[in-house]
Amino acid sequence: MSNPLAIELKGVTKVFGQVVANKDVDLQVRKGEILAILGENGSGKTTLMNMLSGIYYPDEGQIFVNGEEVVIKSPKDSFKYKIGMIHQHFKLVDVFSATENIVLGVNDNEKYNIKQAKKRVQKIIEKYGFEINLDSKIYEMSVSEKQTVEIIKVLYRGADILILDEPTAVLTPQETSKLFGILRRMREDNKAIIIITHKLHEVLELTDRVSVLRKGEYIGTVETKDATEQSLTEMMVGKKISLNIERPDPVNPKDRLIVKNITATNSDGREVIKDISFTARSGEILGIAGIAGSGQRELLESIAGLHHLSDGEILYMTGGETVNLRDKSPTQIRDLGVRLSFVPEDRLGMGLVGNMDIIDNMMLRSYKKGNSVFLDRKKPKDLAESIIKSLEVVTPNATTPVRRLSGGNVQKVLVGREIASNPKVLMVAYPVRGLDINSSYTIYNLLTKQKENGVAIIFVGEDLDVLIELCDRIMVINSGRITGIVDGRTAVKEEIGILMTQDSKEEKNNE
Amino acid sequence: MSKKQKTHEPLFHIAKRDSLPWYYSWAIRIIAIILALMVSALLTLFLTDENPISIFSTMIDGAFGSSRRIWNLLQNIAILLCVSLALTPAFKMRFWNIGGEGQVLIGGLATAACMICLGGKIPNTLLILLMIISSIAAGAIWAVIPAIFKAKYNTNETLFTLMMNYVGIQLVSYFVNIWEVPKGSGTIGIINQTNQEGWLPVIGEYDYLLNVIVVLVITVLMYLYLKYSKHGYEISVVGESENTAKYIGINVKKVIIRTMLLSGAVCGIAGLLLVGGTNHTITTTTANNRGFTAIMVSWLAKFNPIYMIFTTFLLVFLERGANEISTVFRLNQSFSDIITGIILFFIIGSEFFINYQIKFHTRKEVK
Repeated sequence: MSNPLAIELKGVTKVFGQVVANKDVDLQVRKGEILAILGENGSGKTTLMNMLSGIYYPDEGQIFVNGEEVVIKSPKDSFKYKIGMIHQHFKLVDVFSATENIVLGVNDNEKYNIKQAKKRVQKIIEKYGFEINLDSKIYEMSVSEKQTVEIIKVLYRGADILILDEPTAVLTPQETSKLFGILRRMREDNKAIIIITHKLHEVLELTDRVSVLRKGEYIGTVETKDATEQSLTEMMVGKKISLNIERPDPVNPKDRLIVKNITATNSDGREVIKDISFTARSGEILGIAGIAGSGQRELLESIAGLHHLSDGEILYMTGGETVNLRDKSPTQIRDLGVRLSFVPEDRLGMGLVGNMDIIDNMMLRSYKKGNSVFLDRKKPKDLAESIIKSLEVVTPNATTPVRRLSGGNVQKVLVGREIASNPKVLMVAYPVRGLDINSSYTIYNLLTKQKENGVAIIFVGEDLDVLIELCDRIMVINSGRITGIVDGRTAVKEEIGILMTQDSKEEKNNE
Repeated sequence: MSKKQKTHEPLFHIAKRDSLPWYYSWAIRIIAIILALMVSALLTLFLTDENPISIFSTMIDGAFGSSRRIWNLLQNIAILLCVSLALTPAFKMRFWNIGGEGQVLIGGLATAACMICLGGKIPNTLLILLMIISSIAAGAIWAVIPAIFKAKYNTNETLFTLMMNYVGIQLVSYFVNIWEVPKGSGTIGIINQTNQEGWLPVIGEYDYLLNVIVVLVITVLMYLYLKYSKHGYEISVVGESENTAKYIGINVKKVIIRTMLLSGAVCGIAGLLLVGGTNHTITTTTANNRGFTAIMVSWLAKFNPIYMIFTTFLLVFLERGANEISTVFRLNQSFSDIITGIILFFIIGSEFFINYQIKFHTRKEVK
């Protein structure tokens, strides 16, 4: 029944400065099994896996591969022991074809022969049932295809132990089930697979065993068949928490933001949003679903005045007054008295400045106020302290650079600041990406509270289960076009999944 | 434990530090300097058979030996600090202003032009006023040209500012030819030597006191500007993340142009102090590579104007001390360069130990 061990970790510890990322972790992975590693953010999952893939070196502890103790000092060592990691951020050369990327860097002392290599790649593809065109270039590929290339890449190098870091975060439901099919076939082929994920239903669906980390410590391993979402959550968080999102009915919704036929192009001149029209109402959460890169970011940035529109208009309505936001800069929009807040996708690259402390980050929105040449740090300081207190931000103090905070706390700082300006319209893009369960629910509750205060919320999300639970209406976009707007209370996941991919299929048929 | 021999363990590995209390990081720096002195002492002993102690005392003597030397030291610190202060806002904005050299020279050229063309023709006070205005304007213009191109067409500022240096040097060399005194000498000589028209006033008996005071004032102003003004805040935001700057509605182009105007203007002041207050002449080497050394000063001090006083002092002290060694012991110039190199290597290398730590492998036995 129980297969031989592929990897065993004993007492592995890794410390960054004063932060203990992993403390005395034990872990076992067998051949022919899929093991999930669960844990909240900052619980040390990725650090642990990076030690297996040679990016970090453990401060203490031992690693065994196939029963023998090994030392993994570099990614090269990791390959030697047939460990392959598929990172969250793909490491591919955009202008190379799939095959070229797959064979890149393989040092097998053979003459470089792309045809031969392609044949070998083809064999792997047939064996596990991948769907990919090996000749297309990476930049032409969807996220799911890029991921496929990454997986084939490690298989081509002969990996017997695969580590996948949040592989489904960017996939549609259909793509996810395809990926799971492949992973199951690999399991049959006696490969050991470790998957890091936040999505509990996926863990239950796919894996054999689950190991849980909490705050860098190893909590335990359970058989998946004995586990439930509730029991796993309790192991991760260490206490009972409720997994329900409240969804009060919108009270007296009024049209707040009317978007009319907007079209915008990116810097290459390609249309990224096409003829989009919708209305966001007060006291309502409007969800936006779509495959990553379908125009979500450009849509929100257009509304926030960061992206030039080639056509259409954006009307902001409040108390009988209407303001057209088209072609206004963020400063002009603010000066017009439009209370629009925006939590962008890229928290540390756009919403906040990583190297600045919490106080200076609070000041981003308000520093211009007043005529003085000098800055007023008093009010931002009060705001920072009140946000730290009310949102329970875990930080040594208000003068800690935000990049030192964990993902969830960074997001609390950002959302806290955006809510502090009493917005009428609040746009959030992937607000819980990379956040643990606890922080995610904190954010959902914050949004729901804003909704009850009569704010019109536009929520761009990726987890369809959450969108369906949280939003009043869900707008689905694909390739910059709206493919449907559904009622959140009656929507079905598969229906949204189809809308997410529908349009592009039609376009292909037309060609 | 035969198993242990089979797996080869690395002796140590490197890990990033979280943060260090300031006294700890300064301790590392001081240890680095002590180590650097020890290594240079050994090398001196080995290469020259001189007593290292006497070499070091000569170094100190070279910098502080007489009141003239001390004033020379202060003067050099003041000018280098002035250029470093000028470059700091640009670098803080992550605008690679490699053009300090040219901006200083052009500022100096404008000063010299006023002194030569207007000296004796207008009242001295008016002349000095014109010198101040024109040197600041010239430096600012020299710096704002690459800034405008960066803002409008996103050109590479590193290459652009670097090239502007050469244009500046050639301009100076052209005017030196026009203004040369006596004809054929290829140099200008001391400008207005007899009437001292356009020479910056001397405070008391101290030739360089004015320079020192001016630069100290600029240091304090720059510190306040960067840390407490709205402009300084905008510079930090643009430097850290242009996307964030756009997101909160900062006009990035405007900030780039404004900051480079400031950077060039302060470089222009350095040129004014060099030509009007120190040398009273101009050559193509008047800036003496300070535009480049200043980059090191600024980064070593992590863009903090107050720390920059110390980093400038260190660099200038090393340079003067090393010069003294080569003269006194009749070693060639390269030897002083070696000593300076060793010390700088250790100081810059110490930053590595401040940011990273080396962990020697202590392993826990597992049964």
